[in-house]
Amino acid sequence: MTERDETWPEISFSDRMATVEFKVSDKPHIVVDGKACADCSTRECIMACPADLFVPTSDGGILFNYEQCFECGTCYLVCNREGAISWSYPEGGFGVIFRST
Amino acid sequence: MAEVDFDVVIVGAGPAGSCAAIEAARGGLRTLLLERGPFPGSKNMYGGVIYPRILDDLIPDWWNEVPIQRWVTRRSTMILTETRALSVDFRNDAWSAPPYNGATAYRPELDRWLADHAVAAGATLLCDTTVTGLLRGQSRRSAHAVTGVRTDRPDGDVTALVVIACDGVNSFVAKEAGLYGTPNPKNFTLGVKETISLPKQVIDERFGVRDREGVDIEIIGCTGGINGGGFVYTNLATVAVGVVLKLTKLAAQKTRPEDVIAAMKRHSAIAPLVEGGELHEYSAHLIPEAGLSMMPGMTGDGLLVAGDAAALCLSAGIWLEGVNFAMASGMYAGQTAIEAIADGDVSQRGLGGYARRLSDTFVLRDHRKLRRAPELVLSDRVQHLYPSMVTGIAERMFRVDNPSAKPGLRRIVREERKRAGVHLRGLWRDGHDAFRSFG
Repeated sequence: MTERDETWPEISFSDRMATVEFKVSDKPHIVVDGKACADCSTRECIMACPADLFVPTSDGGILFNYEQCFECGTCYLVCNREGAISWSYPEGGFGVIFRST
Repeated sequence: MAEVDFDVVIVGAGPAGSCAAIEAARGGLRTLLLERGPFPGSKNMYGGVIYPRILDDLIPDWWNEVPIQRWVTRRSTMILTETRALSVDFRNDAWSAPPYNGATAYRPELDRWLADHAVAAGATLLCDTTVTGLLRGQSRRSAHAVTGVRTDRPDGDVTALVVIACDGVNSFVAKEAGLYGTPNPKNFTLGVKETISLPKQVIDERFGVRDREGVDIEIIGCTGGINGGGFVYTNLATVAVGVVLKLTKLAAQKTRPEDVIAAMKRHSAIAPLVEGGELHEYSAHLIPEAGLSMMPGMTGDGLLVAGDAAALCLSAGIWLEGVNFAMASGMYAGQTAIEAIADGDVSQRGLGGYARRLSDTFVLRDHRKLRRAPELVLSDRVQHLYPSMVTGIAERMFRVDNPSAKPGLRRIVREERKRAGVHLRGLWRDGHDAFRSFG
């Protein structure tokens, strides 16, 4: 058996995402309408997105970055604001590329 | 019939799409298999085990060539509370020899292998191509039949007699065709997984296996306040650890998915299996969890839906299957397309053989039989109360509390049931439901 690693299982979120391969398209496949989010009280996307792509801003909006998206669909399913999230798949060949899943 | 680019266009080269393509191409149809990723499987992730016996006819002796990681010879079900673990651990030596039972595999390898078979059968595989919509038109029997797909390639419209939607859990094709209502988040779970590198010898020692033998552990009670489950399974030189989380509970509990995995990995029953390993790949995917109750219409005029796109995923606690349902439904969709095109009727009625095939085989038989199981498995009682009760009973049975004499089993059960807050009426009802589902 290997020695117990005391740092286990601490890993920063950016290191976690660095284990995933992405071919990033210039065109965002998901667009978030920050105005619709401003008065949303539940903001389930922030907790649920497995890639942590929804970040609350100081002025009460939500900042979204599509680049490290798993294309899973969680955000549009938990979102209860009609039209806040426009969701589609990236153009062919782009987006996440799984290897050992 | 009208002149078309292909007889069949299949959207998505996962297990459903590739099996549909193998059947269709072998049946002499001009078959186009579209994949939005750079290679088949590049978008796919799952909770770990394939059961390939459905391939016996399609790819005889598939076990000689399928790119698996390990053959599952140990199958454990583990019930956790914060400080306790109760396992039912089954080992079967016969599962390490043909025809095997289950196997762990990397989907990018497995799906590519299946797509290679489709190409060998004569199908055209086109990757890097996202389908952006359906073509509709007048057919002999319908004014609004599906007549092909629109893709994001220049001049990317492709016409076909039959479109088979194998485009996964978010199926935009099935939605656009009006076969799905507005999706309800209650019907989905989020799977998140860590693939963790460890030397093969260390994995063999920790899990008590050797050579290509592997272990699949399904876990309940490991997801905190969020209803769901967990899994640990062995690949050749990685261990996969993940959780499946009910979407509607995840956000409400104010817990992030990776933190749920981290908490499970800290459990004394899990930590020794994975500690010291390095994160090799993190991944996430949605699961159509609700079974029969969420399934869309499976056919339209010129359209068939298979695999996750048709919510053909079995989440029944002790049985967690999806790839086999995808492969089977894809095969039946391919067979149906051949039959309908030969008969010159690709309307919804002409494609009716698909529903019959699904209904007469395990694909819908298993789902009908287990239709109550997904809700039962994710119920608050099964998730939170019963793990506390059964581990409590185990603790009292195994505790030697001298000078006290051993309590009787009936007393232990009564006391532990009350301590865990389990009401008799609910227990009877769940027992009855479980017996009707699983019995």
